[in-house]
Amino acid sequence: MITVPDINGKFGKFGGKYVPETLMNALLELEQAYLHYSQDEQFIEEIKYLQRQYSGRPTSLYYAERLTQHLGGAQIYLKREDLNHTGAHKINNTIGQAVLAKRMGKKKVIAETGAGQHGVATATIAALLGLECKVFMGEEDTKRQRLNVFRMNLLGAEVIPVTSGTRTLKDAGNETLRYWVSHVDDTFYILGSAVGPHPYPMMVRDFQRVIGDETRAQILAQTGRLPDYVVACIGGGSNAIGIFYPFVQDETVKLRGVEAAGKGVDTDEHAATMSKGTHGVFQGSMSYLLQDRFGQVLPAHSISAGLDYPGVGPEHAYLKDIGRAEYTPITDEEALAGLQLLSRTEGIIPALETAHAIADVAKLAPTLDKDQIIVVNVSGRGDKDVETIMKHLGGKL
Amino acid sequence: MNAIDQTFANIRAQQGTALIPFITVGDPDIETSVEILKQLQLAGADIVELGVPYSDPLADGPVIQRASQRALRHEVSIIDCIRVAKRAREEGVSIPFVLFGYFNPVLQLGLERFFEMLVEHEISGIIIPDLPVEEAVEVAALAAKHQIHLIPLIAPTSKDRISKIVDGASGFVYCVSSLGVTGMRADFYSGIDQFLEEVRDATNLPIAVGFGISTREQALQLAPKSDAVVVGSAIVHQIESVLPLLEGNEADKQDGLLQIQKFVRELKV
Repeated sequence: MITVPDINGKFGKFGGKYVPETLMNALLELEQAYLHYSQDEQFIEEIKYLQRQYSGRPTSLYYAERLTQHLGGAQIYLKREDLNHTGAHKINNTIGQAVLAKRMGKKKVIAETGAGQHGVATATIAALLGLECKVFMGEEDTKRQRLNVFRMNLLGAEVIPVTSGTRTLKDAGNETLRYWVSHVDDTFYILGSAVGPHPYPMMVRDFQRVIGDETRAQILAQTGRLPDYVVACIGGGSNAIGIFYPFVQDETVKLRGVEAAGKGVDTDEHAATMSKGTHGVFQGSMSYLLQDRFGQVLPAHSISAGLDYPGVGPEHAYLKDIGRAEYTPITDEEALAGLQLLSRTEGIIPALETAHAIADVAKLAPTLDKDQIIVVNVSGRGDKDVETIMKHLGGKL
Repeated sequence: MNAIDQTFANIRAQQGTALIPFITVGDPDIETSVEILKQLQLAGADIVELGVPYSDPLADGPVIQRASQRALRHEVSIIDCIRVAKRAREEGVSIPFVLFGYFNPVLQLGLERFFEMLVEHEISGIIIPDLPVEEAVEVAALAAKHQIHLIPLIAPTSKDRISKIVDGASGFVYCVSSLGVTGMRADFYSGIDQFLEEVRDATNLPIAVGFGISTREQALQLAPKSDAVVVGSAIVHQIESVLPLLEGNEADKQDGLLQIQKFVRELKV
C-alpha cells in the first residue's frame, strides 16, 4: 500500500487544499511546523505526558461480556474513549494541536463544534495552556447542546452562535474558516475532525491514532490475536480513522465505519455521505459529499449533532474506494435502540454518535461465530445527550 | 484576442482605472439580473463579475451570503449563470464577463462542458476563489486551451507565493485588499501600498484590487495603484436595499434599477 497522503496532501484523488489564497501560506506554515515537531522528542513527550497524566490514557479495552451474551455471536470489546477527560476522543486531537499552536507562538485558538465535544475539548486545553479561545457553533446546535455551551463558558471560552446556512456543524465550519481568513496572522485553527484542507486530515489522524495503537496492543495482550472487525461511528471521521489507521495494514481485520442514516437513507433527512454522496469539494478537500446535481451542498440530518455533517474525511473516501474499509448506515431509531442496549447490558450510556456504532454491532455480532472478535470504539459518553434522548424516548422508557 | 485584454489595452491607453462590479446572478431572479447588467454597462462598468450562488461561500461575508441564499431559493444553477451572459449580450450588453464561482459547482458540471459553455456564452474569464494555484493545474490547462482567462487571487499573505501565482496567469490578477472575506469595511490591509507594489514588480498583467471597496473615496484611493477596482458587496447591498422596488410594479422596478445605476456610476473613477 502506498503512503498517504502524498506531498500534496492527496489520499488518492481525495484531500488536497481547496481554500482561498489568503490561507495558503498559513496552511503551508502549519504543515512545515507539524512535520518538524512531529520528529521532535520534547514535543512528542509533552503530548504523551498530557495524554497520560491529564486525560487519563491509556483508555481501557473492555470485554463487554453481557452485551456479547445478549447478542449471542462474536465477542465484543469496547475501546473506552468515553473515559477520557471531557468524555470523548476529541481531546486526543486538541492536546496535539494546542501544543503545536503553542510551539508556533500562537496565543489565540479557534474551533468549530457540532455536538460541542470538540468545542469543550478545545476550551479545556486552551484553559490549561493559557490560550484565548473562541468556539463557533451552529445556533441550532447551541440549543440542542446547551449544557456544552455553558461548559465551554465555564472554561473561559467564548461561544459564537452561527446563524448562517443550516445553523449546524457545516456552517460552524464555514464560519470558523471565514474568521481564520481574517485573523490568520495570530490565530491557530484547531480543527476537530479528519476533514478540511491538508494538513488537517493527516494531522488529526496522527493525533487520534493513539486509539488504534493502544487497541492493537491491548487486544493482542488480552486475546493473543487481532480482531475480525473494528467498528466506529463516522461523521467527519476522526475517531474512526484514529482506531482504523493502525489496522490498515492488517488485511484480516475488517474496518467498518457507521454513518448516520437519520430518518432513513431513502428520505431527504440523513447524513449518509458514503452511502448517498458523490465526489465533491467541500470545506477545503475533495471527498464524498451530499450534494444536488448542480453541486450545491445538501443539508444533513442526524439525531446526533456530531454526525450531522454532509461531508466526510478524505482518507475515509480513499479507504472506501480502494475497498479497505466499508461504510454502513444506521438510523436515528436504531441508534436510540443501540444506546439503550449498551446502557442496560453494560451500564455504559454512550454518546448518540457512538450509539450508531453500537447499533451496527448489534446487527453484526449475531451473524458471526462465537470465536470471532469485534472491537467497537466507544468514542464518547452520553451525558451531553441525555436531554435529547429524554425528548425522543419520552414515555417509552 | 480575449475581450478582457482589449478592455485593459483601452484602459491603459487612457491611463484610466477600470470598474469591475460584481453581482450575484439570480438575485433576486434571472430576469432582473439581465436588467441590472444593462444598468451596470450604462453606469460605466468596464467588465462585470457574474457571481454563481453557492450554498457554502467560504470567501464571502454576510451580504453576498444572503444574496446567494436569495438566488438559491429558486434554484439558480451554474448553468443559469452562464446563460445569463448571452441573454445580456442579446440585450445590448457588450462589456466582457468574468464568472466568479466556487469550485464544486464547476466540478459537478464537468470541466470540459464548463469551458465549452463559457466559450459558447462569450464569457472571457473565470475566478474560482477556492482553487489555489496548486490545485488549478487541470483547470488552467483547459482555460488556456479555450482561451479563457483564469484570473488568480493574490492575498496580502501570499508573499513568496506571488511569483508562482502570476507565473501562469493571464488576463489580469486580482489583489485582495483586506485580510478576510468579502464585505464592506472602513479600512484596507495596512500594508496595501507595498503589497500592490510587490505584485506590480512581479507581473506586467493588469492589477485589479477588491474585497472591501464600497465608496468612491476608497475607489479613488486605490485607483492610482491599480488598473481596476472590483466592487462586490456594496453593489449587492445596494440591490438588496432596492429589492422591494425591483419586485414592485414597472415604475418601481425602473426606479430601483436607476438607483443601482446611480450608485455604480459614483464608483467609476
